[in-house]
Amino acid sequence: MKYVLALILALQCALSSWAGEATPLAEDPVVEQRLIGIAEELRCLVCQNESLAGSRADLALDLRREIRTLIKAGKTDAEIMDFMVSRYGDFVRYRPPVNPLTWMLWFGPFALLIGAGVILVRMVRSSQRGAGPKALDAAQREKAQSLLKDPDFPS
Amino acid sequence: MKKALIPLGIFIVLVVFLAIGLTRDPHEIPSPLIGKPAPAFTAPRLHESGRTFSAKDMLGQVWLLNTWASWCVACRQEHPILMEFAKTKTLPIIGLDYKDPEADGLKWLARFGDPYDLSVTDRDGRIGIDYGVYGVPESFLIDKAGVIRYKQIGPVTEEALRDKILPLIRALQK
Repeated sequence: MKYVLALILALQCALSSWAGEATPLAEDPVVEQRLIGIAEELRCLVCQNESLAGSRADLALDLRREIRTLIKAGKTDAEIMDFMVSRYGDFVRYRPPVNPLTWMLWFGPFALLIGAGVILVRMVRSSQRGAGPKALDAAQREKAQSLLKDPDFPS
Repeated sequence: MKKALIPLGIFIVLVVFLAIGLTRDPHEIPSPLIGKPAPAFTAPRLHESGRTFSAKDMLGQVWLLNTWASWCVACRQEHPILMEFAKTKTLPIIGLDYKDPEADGLKWLARFGDPYDLSVTDRDGRIGIDYGVYGVPESFLIDKAGVIRYKQIGPVTEEALRDKILPLIRALQK
């Protein structure tokens, strides 16, 4: 009985998720393709690490509906992007525009890389300069000789 | 000795950056609408669905647009503060019942009290999108010229009201 119940429940889950996935097919495939292209570039503001294309948040559904309407109204991708940015700000884009506010974001990693490179070169150079072989003085030479003659010390 | 301090220095800088990062709320996304005209809308009123309300009806007044919904948990937290604030009659408070069946919204107001001069319905969330709403409650302070001057993301707290919103309202009402 338990297993039958579990099976029914599992089937129910499978069926309902199938119904959820299938709805977009009913829409115009060209519009859907453009919608996915645009929505992949946009962040869902509710679950911020998901794109608008992938999110199941309520707001994401609404915004996808909105983008669909805009596509059908003949708006270009750039116009739709502007529509979103003017309402939600640059943060809504996964690739924010380059402006003084985002300079750190765009160029920071390269600046760090160059900085690290400079430090590395200087460290290598200074160690090369300082690490040349030094001549031994008399006392050190004597000690070395005695060590070499030491019978306990295998040569 | 000096060289040994370099990693420590880098570590301290990193810790400072992370510490600042931790104190900031990633859900608070600055609105690009501040300083811009409040998006126009005309929507049916919640209590008298036969009548509409337009944002431009409020031109000449400083007002607060507060988005709420009966399903919104944080709105419950904000509600008593708004109720108290409404009693002071400082400015008109307009509610935007966001993505909420009218009956639920009305029931919610009847149960917890109605701090709003009036509420309008945004059944499909279309007005919310124009205002860049991504989580209720959000509140917009709009000046006499119809320009958005401040956005409270999340519940209006006593501190936010006292330290930010009230001083701004007084300055704008002059």
